[in-house]
Amino acid sequence: MRINLPSVLTPLAGGHHTLDATGDTVGQAIDDIARRFPALSPRLRDSHGAPYPFVTIYLNDEDIRFLGGFETPVRPSDELSVVPAVAGG
Amino acid sequence: MTATAPRAAVTLTPHPLRCAACDQPHDAAPTHVCPSCLGPLEPRYDPRRFLPDRAEISARPRSLWRYREWLPFTGRPARCLTAGWTPLVDAPRLASALGVARCVVKHDAGSFPSLSFKDRVVATALNAAHAFGLPVVGCASTGNLANALAAAAAREGLDAWIFIPHDLEPAKVAATTVFGPRLVRVRGTYDDVNRLCAQVADRFGWGIVNVNLRPYYGEGSKTMAFEIAEQLGWRLPDTVVAPMAGGSLVTKLAKGFGEFLDAGLVHGVPPRLFGAQAAGCAPIVRLVHRGDDTLVPERPATIAKSLAIGNPADGRYAARAIRSSGGWAAAVDDPAIVEGIRLLAETCGIFGETAAGVTVAAARQLAKDGHLTPDDEVVLCITGHGLKTVDVVAGDVRIPDPIAPRLSEVSALVSANGA
Repeated sequence: MRINLPSVLTPLAGGHHTLDATGDTVGQAIDDIARRFPALSPRLRDSHGAPYPFVTIYLNDEDIRFLGGFETPVRPSDELSVVPAVAGG
Repeated sequence: MTATAPRAAVTLTPHPLRCAACDQPHDAAPTHVCPSCLGPLEPRYDPRRFLPDRAEISARPRSLWRYREWLPFTGRPARCLTAGWTPLVDAPRLASALGVARCVVKHDAGSFPSLSFKDRVVATALNAAHAFGLPVVGCASTGNLANALAAAAAREGLDAWIFIPHDLEPAKVAATTVFGPRLVRVRGTYDDVNRLCAQVADRFGWGIVNVNLRPYYGEGSKTMAFEIAEQLGWRLPDTVVAPMAGGSLVTKLAKGFGEFLDAGLVHGVPPRLFGAQAAGCAPIVRLVHRGDDTLVPERPATIAKSLAIGNPADGRYAARAIRSSGGWAAAVDDPAIVEGIRLLAETCGIFGETAAGVTVAAARQLAKDGHLTPDDEVVLCITGHGLKTVDVVAGDVRIPDPIAPRLSEVSALVSANGA
Protein backbone atom coordinates (compact mmCIF):
# COMPACT_ATOMS: atom_id res chain seq x y z
CA MET A 1 0.00 0.00 0.00
CA ARG A 2 0.99 3.63 -0.44
CA ILE A 3 1.66 6.05 2.45
CA ASN A 4 1.64 9.81 1.74
CA LEU A 5 3.80 12.03 3.93
CA PRO A 6 3.67 15.81 4.43
CA SER A 7 6.68 17.88 3.37
CA VAL A 8 7.67 18.45 7.00
CA LEU A 9 8.34 14.70 7.40
CA THR A 10 10.09 14.02 4.11
CA PRO A 11 13.58 14.82 5.50
CA LEU A 12 13.03 11.93 7.91
CA ALA A 13 12.02 9.61 5.05
CA GLY A 14 14.95 9.97 2.71
CA GLY A 15 13.28 12.86 0.92
CA HIS A 16 10.30 10.75 -0.19
CA HIS A 17 6.75 12.18 -0.24
CA THR A 18 5.30 8.70 -0.73
CA LEU A 19 6.42 5.33 0.53
CA ASP A 20 5.26 1.81 -0.22
CA ALA A 21 4.46 -0.29 2.82
CA THR A 22 3.22 -3.75 3.64
CA GLY A 23 1.06 -5.03 6.48
CA ASP A 24 -2.41 -6.29 7.31
CA THR A 25 -3.30 -3.34 9.57
CA VAL A 26 -2.64 0.39 9.71
CA GLY A 27 -0.26 -0.21 12.60
CA GLN A 28 1.71 -2.85 10.71
CA ALA A 29 2.08 -0.58 7.68
CA ILE A 30 3.24 2.28 9.91
CA ASP A 31 5.70 -0.04 11.65
CA ASP A 32 7.03 -1.16 8.26
CA ILE A 33 8.07 2.36 7.23
CA ALA A 34 9.26 3.14 10.78
CA ARG A 35 11.66 0.17 10.57
CA ARG A 36 13.07 1.39 7.26
CA PHE A 37 13.23 5.05 8.35
CA PRO A 38 13.80 5.00 12.13
CA ALA A 39 13.83 8.80 12.39
CA LEU A 40 10.18 8.78 11.29
CA SER A 41 9.10 6.46 14.07
CA PRO A 42 8.67 8.99 16.92
CA ARG A 43 6.57 11.21 14.63
CA LEU A 44 4.11 8.39 13.95
CA ARG A 45 3.87 6.65 17.34
CA ASP A 46 4.39 8.17 20.78
CA SER A 47 6.51 6.52 23.50
CA HIS A 48 3.54 4.32 24.48
CA GLY A 49 2.95 3.11 20.93
CA ALA A 50 -0.17 5.24 20.49
CA PRO A 51 -0.62 7.58 17.48
CA TYR A 52 1.64 10.63 17.77
CA PRO A 53 -0.66 13.50 18.89
CA PHE A 54 0.57 16.08 16.35
CA VAL A 55 -0.33 14.00 13.30
CA THR A 56 -3.61 12.60 12.06
CA ILE A 57 -3.56 9.43 9.98
CA TYR A 58 -6.21 8.84 7.32
CA LEU A 59 -7.06 5.53 5.68
CA ASN A 60 -8.16 6.66 2.23
CA ASP A 61 -10.31 9.65 3.32
CA GLU A 62 -11.22 8.51 6.84
CA ASP A 63 -9.54 9.47 10.13
CA ILE A 64 -8.38 6.15 11.61
CA ARG A 65 -9.73 7.23 15.02
CA PHE A 66 -13.22 6.71 13.58
CA LEU A 67 -12.19 3.24 12.39
CA GLY A 68 -10.15 0.88 14.51
CA GLY A 69 -7.07 3.03 15.00
CA PHE A 70 -3.85 1.15 14.40
CA GLU A 71 -5.81 -2.14 14.43
CA THR A 72 -7.81 -1.16 11.34
CA PRO A 73 -7.39 -3.79 8.57
CA VAL A 74 -5.92 -2.58 5.28
CA ARG A 75 -5.66 -3.91 1.73
CA PRO A 76 -2.80 -3.42 -0.73
CA SER A 77 -4.97 -1.04 -2.78
CA ASP A 78 -5.57 1.28 0.21
CA GLU A 79 -3.79 4.56 0.75
CA LEU A 80 -2.66 6.04 4.07
CA SER A 81 -2.05 9.78 4.48
CA VAL A 82 -0.19 11.34 7.38
CA VAL A 83 -1.25 14.97 7.90
CA PRO A 84 -0.06 17.46 10.56
CA ALA A 85 -2.84 17.74 13.14
CA VAL A 86 -2.47 21.45 13.80
CA ALA A 87 -4.58 23.18 11.15
CA GLY A 88 -7.88 24.96 10.75
CA GLY A 89 -10.25 26.74 13.06
CA MET B 1 5.55 24.39 -6.29
CA THR B 2 5.52 27.68 -4.41
CA ALA B 3 3.82 30.76 -5.85
CA THR B 4 5.64 33.94 -4.94
CA ALA B 5 5.54 37.55 -6.09
CA PRO B 6 8.06 40.39 -5.99
CA ARG B 7 8.41 41.87 -2.50
CA ALA B 8 9.82 45.25 -3.39
CA ALA B 9 6.95 47.26 -1.88
CA VAL B 10 6.80 45.34 1.40
CA THR B 11 7.41 47.47 4.49
CA LEU B 12 5.99 44.91 6.88
CA THR B 13 8.13 42.26 8.58
CA PRO B 14 6.48 39.26 10.23
CA HIS B 15 7.81 38.22 13.61
CA PRO B 16 9.88 35.03 13.91
CA LEU B 17 8.20 31.94 15.31
CA ARG B 18 8.60 29.47 18.15
CA CYS B 19 7.04 26.09 18.80
CA ALA B 20 4.36 26.16 21.48
CA ALA B 21 5.12 22.53 22.32
CA CYS B 22 8.94 22.25 22.35
CA ASP B 23 9.88 25.98 22.42
CA GLN B 24 12.29 25.67 19.49
CA PRO B 25 12.72 28.99 17.63
CA HIS B 26 12.11 29.28 13.89
CA ASP B 27 12.50 32.02 11.31
CA ALA B 28 9.45 33.91 10.09
CA ALA B 29 7.87 31.83 7.32
CA PRO B 30 4.49 30.80 5.91
CA THR B 31 4.48 27.60 7.94
CA HIS B 32 2.52 26.43 10.94
CA VAL B 33 4.17 23.21 12.08
CA CYS B 34 7.41 22.78 13.99
CA PRO B 35 9.82 20.77 11.85
CA SER B 36 11.20 19.11 14.97
CA CYS B 37 8.11 17.96 16.85
CA LEU B 38 5.21 18.98 14.54
CA GLY B 39 3.72 21.12 17.31
CA PRO B 40 2.00 24.45 16.59
CA LEU B 41 4.16 27.46 15.77
CA GLU B 42 3.36 30.86 17.22
CA PRO B 43 4.95 34.31 16.81
CA ARG B 44 7.74 35.46 19.08
CA TYR B 45 7.59 39.00 20.47
CA ASP B 46 10.59 40.98 21.63
CA PRO B 47 9.95 41.59 25.35
CA ARG B 48 12.03 44.80 25.09
CA ARG B 49 9.90 46.31 22.32
CA PHE B 50 8.19 49.66 22.82
CA LEU B 51 4.69 49.36 24.24
CA PRO B 52 2.22 52.27 24.18
CA ASP B 53 0.28 53.42 27.24
CA ARG B 54 -3.49 53.83 27.54
CA ALA B 55 -3.45 57.43 26.33
CA GLU B 56 -1.49 56.64 23.20
CA ILE B 57 -3.67 53.66 22.30
CA SER B 58 -6.84 55.67 22.92
CA ALA B 59 -5.68 58.38 20.52
CA ARG B 60 -5.15 55.95 17.64
CA PRO B 61 -7.67 55.14 14.87
CA ARG B 62 -10.48 52.82 15.91
CA SER B 63 -9.37 49.55 14.35
CA LEU B 64 -7.60 46.46 15.63
CA TRP B 65 -4.29 48.00 14.50
CA ARG B 66 -4.42 50.35 17.50
CA TYR B 67 -2.93 47.32 19.32
CA ARG B 68 -0.26 46.74 16.68
CA GLU B 69 2.56 46.21 19.19
CA TRP B 70 0.78 43.00 20.26
CA LEU B 71 0.30 41.83 16.67
CA PRO B 72 2.99 39.76 14.92
CA PHE B 73 4.58 42.35 12.65
CA THR B 74 7.10 45.14 12.62
CA GLY B 75 6.24 48.02 10.32
CA ARG B 76 3.07 49.38 8.81
CA PRO B 77 0.14 47.07 8.00
CA ALA B 78 -0.74 47.16 4.32
CA ARG B 79 -4.15 45.46 4.21
CA CYS B 80 -7.46 45.33 6.07
CA LEU B 81 -6.76 48.60 7.87
CA THR B 82 -10.34 49.10 9.09
CA ALA B 83 -11.04 45.72 10.72
CA GLY B 84 -11.92 45.51 14.39
CA TRP B 85 -13.25 47.93 17.02
CA THR B 86 -16.75 46.49 17.21
CA PRO B 87 -19.25 47.77 19.81
CA LEU B 88 -19.44 46.54 23.40
CA VAL B 89 -23.14 46.72 24.16
CA ASP B 90 -24.66 46.89 27.63
CA ALA B 91 -27.38 44.25 27.95
CA PRO B 92 -29.35 44.82 31.18
CA ARG B 93 -32.43 42.86 30.10
CA LEU B 94 -30.30 39.85 29.17
CA ALA B 95 -28.51 40.16 32.54
CA SER B 96 -31.90 39.91 34.26
CA ALA B 97 -32.82 36.88 32.19
CA LEU B 98 -29.53 35.18 33.06
CA GLY B 99 -29.62 36.21 36.72
CA VAL B 100 -26.22 37.93 36.72
CA ALA B 101 -25.16 41.37 37.93
CA ARG B 102 -24.24 42.76 34.53
CA CYS B 103 -24.09 41.46 30.99
CA VAL B 104 -22.35 43.08 28.02
CA VAL B 105 -22.25 41.84 24.46
CA LYS B 106 -19.08 42.03 22.36
CA HIS B 107 -20.88 42.63 19.09
CA ASP B 108 -18.68 41.10 16.39
CA ALA B 109 -21.88 40.30 14.49
CA GLY B 110 -21.46 43.92 13.42
CA SER B 111 -17.87 43.50 12.26
CA PHE B 112 -16.75 45.20 9.06
CA PRO B 113 -16.75 44.01 6.32
CA SER B 114 -18.29 40.55 6.68
CA LEU B 115 -20.32 40.56 9.93
CA SER B 116 -18.23 38.09 11.91
CA PHE B 117 -15.12 38.03 14.09
CA LYS B 118 -13.25 36.30 11.26
CA ASP B 119 -12.53 39.77 9.86
CA ARG B 120 -9.96 40.05 12.67
CA VAL B 121 -7.96 36.93 11.79
CA VAL B 122 -8.19 37.62 8.06
CA ALA B 123 -6.68 41.07 8.72
CA THR B 124 -3.54 39.63 10.29
CA ALA B 125 -3.33 36.67 7.88
CA LEU B 126 -3.54 38.82 4.74
CA ASN B 127 -0.84 41.11 6.03
CA ALA B 128 1.34 38.03 6.54
CA ALA B 129 0.54 36.92 2.97
CA HIS B 130 1.56 40.39 1.79
CA ALA B 131 4.82 40.30 3.72
CA PHE B 132 5.68 36.81 2.43
CA GLY B 133 4.81 37.77 -1.14
CA LEU B 134 2.01 35.21 -1.54
CA PRO B 135 -0.40 36.26 -4.33
CA VAL B 136 -2.79 33.33 -3.81
CA VAL B 137 -4.66 32.89 -0.55
CA GLY B 138 -7.21 30.39 0.65
CA CYS B 139 -8.98 28.83 3.61
CA ALA B 140 -10.94 25.92 4.95
CA SER B 141 -14.14 27.35 6.33
CA THR B 142 -17.43 26.63 8.03
CA GLY B 143 -18.78 29.83 6.48
CA ASN B 144 -17.76 32.94 8.36
CA LEU B 145 -14.11 32.70 7.39
CA ALA B 146 -15.17 32.13 3.78
CA ASN B 147 -17.18 35.36 3.90
CA ALA B 148 -14.36 37.30 5.53
CA LEU B 149 -11.59 36.07 3.27
CA ALA B 150 -13.63 36.45 0.09
CA ALA B 151 -14.50 40.05 1.00
CA ALA B 152 -10.96 41.03 1.94
CA ALA B 153 -9.41 39.28 -1.07
CA ALA B 154 -11.82 41.10 -3.40
CA ARG B 155 -10.88 44.42 -1.87
CA GLU B 156 -7.15 43.67 -2.15
CA GLY B 157 -7.38 42.13 -5.62
CA LEU B 158 -6.10 38.73 -4.49
CA ASP B 159 -6.77 35.34 -6.02
CA ALA B 160 -8.66 33.42 -3.31
CA TRP B 161 -9.41 29.69 -3.18
CA ILE B 162 -12.08 28.99 -0.61
CA PHE B 163 -12.92 25.45 0.46
CA ILE B 164 -16.19 24.71 2.29
CA PRO B 165 -18.27 21.67 3.22
CA HIS B 166 -20.97 20.99 0.64
CA ASP B 167 -23.87 21.50 3.09
CA LEU B 168 -23.21 25.06 4.35
CA GLU B 169 -26.11 27.43 4.84
CA PRO B 170 -27.16 29.04 1.50
CA ALA B 171 -26.73 32.56 2.91
CA LYS B 172 -23.10 31.87 3.80
CA VAL B 173 -22.43 30.43 0.36
CA ALA B 174 -24.07 33.44 -1.34
CA ALA B 175 -22.20 35.85 0.92
CA THR B 176 -18.98 34.26 -0.31
CA THR B 177 -19.67 33.84 -4.03
CA VAL B 178 -20.80 37.46 -4.38
CA PHE B 179 -17.16 38.52 -3.96
CA GLY B 180 -16.02 36.33 -6.85
CA PRO B 181 -13.52 33.92 -5.27
CA ARG B 182 -12.80 30.41 -6.52
CA LEU B 183 -15.24 28.53 -4.29
CA VAL B 184 -14.70 24.79 -3.88
CA ARG B 185 -17.53 22.79 -2.29
CA VAL B 186 -16.23 19.54 -0.84
CA ARG B 187 -18.38 16.48 -0.23
CA GLY B 188 -17.69 15.94 3.45
CA THR B 189 -17.50 17.65 6.82
CA TYR B 190 -15.38 20.63 7.80
CA ASP B 191 -12.78 18.19 9.12
CA ASP B 192 -12.54 16.62 5.64
CA VAL B 193 -12.15 20.11 4.14
CA ASN B 194 -9.52 21.00 6.70
CA ARG B 195 -7.45 17.91 5.97
CA LEU B 196 -7.67 18.66 2.24
CA CYS B 197 -6.49 22.24 2.79
CA ALA B 198 -3.52 21.04 4.85
CA GLN B 199 -2.53 18.97 1.80
CA VAL B 200 -3.28 21.86 -0.59
CA ALA B 201 -1.02 24.23 1.39
CA ASP B 202 1.72 21.61 1.37
CA ARG B 203 1.40 20.97 -2.38
CA PHE B 204 0.79 24.42 -3.86
CA GLY B 205 2.45 26.76 -1.38
CA TRP B 206 -0.50 29.13 -1.30
CA GLY B 207 -1.24 31.24 1.75
CA ILE B 208 -3.98 29.14 3.34
CA VAL B 209 -4.86 31.50 6.14
CA ASN B 210 -5.82 28.90 8.74
CA VAL B 211 -3.16 26.39 7.74
CA ASN B 212 0.30 27.67 6.83
CA LEU B 213 -0.46 31.30 7.82
CA ARG B 214 -2.06 30.12 11.06
CA PRO B 215 0.59 31.52 13.44
CA TYR B 216 -0.17 35.04 12.15
CA TYR B 217 -3.89 34.47 11.56
CA GLY B 218 -4.63 33.35 15.10
CA GLU B 219 -3.11 36.43 16.71
CA GLY B 220 -5.89 38.57 15.25
CA SER B 221 -8.32 37.00 17.72
CA LYS B 222 -6.46 38.56 20.66
CA THR B 223 -7.78 41.95 19.64
CA MET B 224 -11.23 40.96 20.85
CA ALA B 225 -9.79 40.70 24.37
CA PHE B 226 -7.93 44.01 23.99
CA GLU B 227 -11.09 45.80 22.88
CA ILE B 228 -13.17 44.31 25.70
CA ALA B 229 -10.67 45.57 28.27
CA GLU B 230 -10.38 49.04 26.74
CA GLN B 231 -14.12 49.44 26.17
CA LEU B 232 -14.82 48.48 29.78
CA GLY B 233 -12.67 51.47 30.79
CA TRP B 234 -9.30 49.69 30.93
CA ARG B 235 -10.36 46.89 33.25
CA LEU B 236 -11.12 43.19 33.09
CA PRO B 237 -14.56 41.58 33.40
CA ASP B 238 -15.28 38.77 35.87
CA THR B 239 -16.20 36.29 33.17
CA VAL B 240 -16.24 35.83 29.40
CA VAL B 241 -18.39 33.31 27.50
CA ALA B 242 -17.23 32.46 23.98
CA PRO B 243 -18.25 29.94 21.33
CA MET B 244 -15.77 27.22 20.41
CA ALA B 245 -15.17 25.64 17.02
CA GLY B 246 -11.44 25.01 16.56
CA GLY B 247 -10.82 26.35 20.07
CA SER B 248 -8.56 29.19 18.99
CA LEU B 249 -10.74 32.11 20.12
CA VAL B 250 -10.86 31.06 23.78
CA THR B 251 -7.12 30.40 23.76
CA LYS B 252 -6.37 33.79 22.24
CA LEU B 253 -8.75 35.61 24.59
CA ALA B 254 -6.75 34.19 27.50
CA LYS B 255 -3.51 35.26 25.83
CA GLY B 256 -4.83 38.75 25.09
CA PHE B 257 -6.04 39.44 28.62
CA GLY B 258 -2.73 38.12 29.94
CA GLU B 259 -0.72 40.38 27.67
CA PHE B 260 -2.63 43.48 28.80
CA LEU B 261 -2.04 42.48 32.43
CA ASP B 262 1.66 41.99 31.74
CA ALA B 263 1.82 45.41 30.08
CA GLY B 264 0.21 47.08 33.11
CA LEU B 265 -2.67 48.39 31.00
CA VAL B 266 -5.17 46.59 33.23
CA HIS B 267 -4.94 45.21 36.74
CA GLY B 268 -6.57 42.49 38.80
CA VAL B 269 -7.48 38.91 38.10
CA PRO B 270 -7.86 37.44 34.59
CA PRO B 271 -11.49 36.67 33.76
CA ARG B 272 -12.91 33.18 34.19
CA LEU B 273 -13.34 31.82 30.67
CA PHE B 274 -16.34 29.75 29.64
CA GLY B 275 -16.54 27.81 26.39
CA ALA B 276 -19.76 27.05 24.53
CA GLN B 277 -20.48 24.34 21.95
CA ALA B 278 -23.47 22.62 20.43
CA ALA B 279 -24.28 19.26 22.01
CA GLY B 280 -24.09 17.75 18.52
CA CYS B 281 -20.42 18.67 18.27
CA ALA B 282 -18.83 19.28 21.65
CA PRO B 283 -15.40 17.63 21.78
CA ILE B 284 -13.84 20.53 23.72
CA VAL B 285 -16.67 20.77 26.25
CA ARG B 286 -16.41 17.06 26.90
CA LEU B 287 -12.62 17.37 27.24
CA VAL B 288 -13.09 20.11 29.87
CA HIS B 289 -15.63 18.00 31.71
CA ARG B 290 -13.45 14.86 31.63
CA GLY B 291 -10.41 16.74 32.89
CA ASP B 292 -7.87 14.77 30.86
CA ASP B 293 -5.72 15.96 27.95
CA THR B 294 -6.79 13.65 25.11
CA LEU B 295 -9.26 15.11 22.67
CA VAL B 296 -11.72 12.59 21.28
CA PRO B 297 -12.90 13.64 17.79
CA GLU B 298 -16.61 13.64 16.98
CA ARG B 299 -18.80 13.56 13.88
CA PRO B 300 -20.78 16.83 13.94
CA ALA B 301 -24.59 16.76 13.93
CA THR B 302 -25.92 20.23 14.74
CA ILE B 303 -27.57 23.28 13.21
CA ALA B 304 -24.60 25.33 14.47
CA LYS B 305 -22.53 24.67 11.36
CA SER B 306 -20.06 27.47 12.10
CA LEU B 307 -19.01 25.52 15.20
CA ALA B 308 -19.16 22.06 13.60
CA ILE B 309 -15.51 21.08 13.92
CA GLY B 310 -15.24 17.55 15.24
CA ASN B 311 -11.44 17.51 15.39
CA PRO B 312 -10.53 20.97 16.73
CA ALA B 313 -6.85 21.83 16.32
CA ASP B 314 -6.73 23.98 19.45
CA GLY B 315 -9.05 21.80 21.51
CA ARG B 316 -6.45 20.81 24.08
CA TYR B 317 -5.15 24.37 24.41
CA ALA B 318 -8.67 25.75 24.79
CA ALA B 319 -9.51 23.23 27.50
CA ARG B 320 -6.32 24.11 29.38
CA ALA B 321 -7.07 27.85 29.11
CA ILE B 322 -10.59 27.35 30.44
CA ARG B 323 -9.51 25.15 33.33
CA SER B 324 -6.58 27.35 34.37
CA SER B 325 -8.83 30.43 34.39
CA GLY B 326 -11.27 28.79 36.81
CA GLY B 327 -13.98 28.62 34.16
CA TRP B 328 -16.05 25.81 32.74
CA ALA B 329 -17.80 24.75 29.53
CA ALA B 330 -21.33 23.90 28.43
CA ALA B 331 -22.97 22.18 25.48
CA VAL B 332 -26.55 22.99 24.40
CA ASP B 333 -28.93 21.17 22.07
CA ASP B 334 -30.39 22.55 18.85
CA PRO B 335 -33.75 23.76 20.29
CA ALA B 336 -31.84 25.62 23.01
CA ILE B 337 -29.67 27.23 20.31
CA VAL B 338 -32.75 28.67 18.59
CA GLU B 339 -34.06 29.86 21.98
CA GLY B 340 -30.69 31.50 22.58
CA ILE B 341 -30.87 33.38 19.28
CA ARG B 342 -34.33 34.63 20.19
CA LEU B 343 -33.39 35.59 23.75
CA LEU B 344 -30.48 37.67 22.46
CA ALA B 345 -32.70 39.32 19.86
CA GLU B 346 -35.63 40.01 22.20
CA THR B 347 -33.54 41.39 25.07
CA CYS B 348 -30.69 43.15 23.24
CA GLY B 349 -31.93 43.95 19.75
CA ILE B 350 -29.04 41.93 18.34
CA PHE B 351 -29.55 39.22 15.73
CA GLY B 352 -26.83 36.61 16.06
CA GLU B 353 -26.16 33.47 14.06
CA THR B 354 -26.32 29.95 15.45
CA ALA B 355 -22.98 30.36 17.24
CA ALA B 356 -24.53 33.29 19.10
CA GLY B 357 -27.45 31.08 20.05
CA VAL B 358 -24.98 28.54 21.39
CA THR B 359 -23.20 31.22 23.44
CA VAL B 360 -26.37 32.67 24.96
CA ALA B 361 -27.91 29.27 25.67
CA ALA B 362 -24.65 28.06 27.23
CA ALA B 363 -24.52 31.18 29.41
CA ARG B 364 -28.05 30.44 30.58
CA GLN B 365 -27.07 26.85 31.38
CA LEU B 366 -23.90 27.96 33.17
CA ALA B 367 -25.87 30.45 35.27
CA LYS B 368 -28.49 27.85 36.10
CA ASP B 369 -25.75 25.46 37.23
CA GLY B 370 -24.09 28.12 39.40
CA HIS B 371 -20.93 28.56 37.31
CA LEU B 372 -21.98 32.15 36.57
CA THR B 373 -23.07 33.79 39.81
CA PRO B 374 -25.49 36.67 40.63
CA ASP B 375 -22.44 38.85 41.38
CA ASP B 376 -20.75 38.27 38.03
CA GLU B 377 -20.20 40.72 35.21
CA VAL B 378 -20.48 38.56 32.09
CA VAL B 379 -19.17 39.35 28.62
CA LEU B 380 -20.79 37.35 25.81
CA CYS B 381 -18.77 37.08 22.59
CA ILE B 382 -21.28 37.25 19.74
CA THR B 383 -19.22 36.31 16.74
CA GLY B 384 -21.51 36.28 13.69
CA HIS B 385 -24.68 37.88 12.30
CA GLY B 386 -28.06 36.17 12.27
CA LEU B 387 -28.75 36.94 8.62
CA LYS B 388 -26.15 34.27 7.81
CA THR B 389 -28.28 31.52 9.38
CA VAL B 390 -31.76 32.95 9.07
CA ASP B 391 -33.24 29.59 8.07
CA VAL B 392 -32.93 28.18 11.60
CA VAL B 393 -35.27 30.81 13.03
CA ALA B 394 -37.54 31.21 10.01
CA GLY B 395 -39.65 28.26 11.10
CA ASP B 396 -39.70 29.42 14.70
CA VAL B 397 -41.09 32.91 14.25
CA ARG B 398 -44.74 33.67 13.48
CA ILE B 399 -45.26 35.58 10.26
CA PRO B 400 -48.63 37.37 10.47
CA ASP B 401 -51.30 37.16 7.80
CA PRO B 402 -51.51 40.28 5.60
CA ILE B 403 -54.23 42.85 6.06
CA ALA B 404 -55.94 45.24 3.65
CA PRO B 405 -54.57 48.81 3.72
CA ARG B 406 -57.49 50.03 5.84
CA LEU B 407 -57.36 51.79 9.22
CA SER B 408 -60.28 49.67 10.40
CA GLU B 409 -58.17 46.53 10.05
CA VAL B 410 -55.38 48.05 12.17
CA SER B 411 -57.97 49.06 14.75
CA ALA B 412 -59.18 45.49 14.86
CA LEU B 413 -55.63 44.27 15.44
CA VAL B 414 -55.10 46.82 18.21
CA SER B 415 -58.32 45.73 19.90
CA ALA B 416 -57.38 42.06 19.58
CA ASN B 417 -54.02 42.82 21.24
CA GLY B 418 -55.72 44.61 24.12
CA ALA B 419 -53.85 47.83 23.40
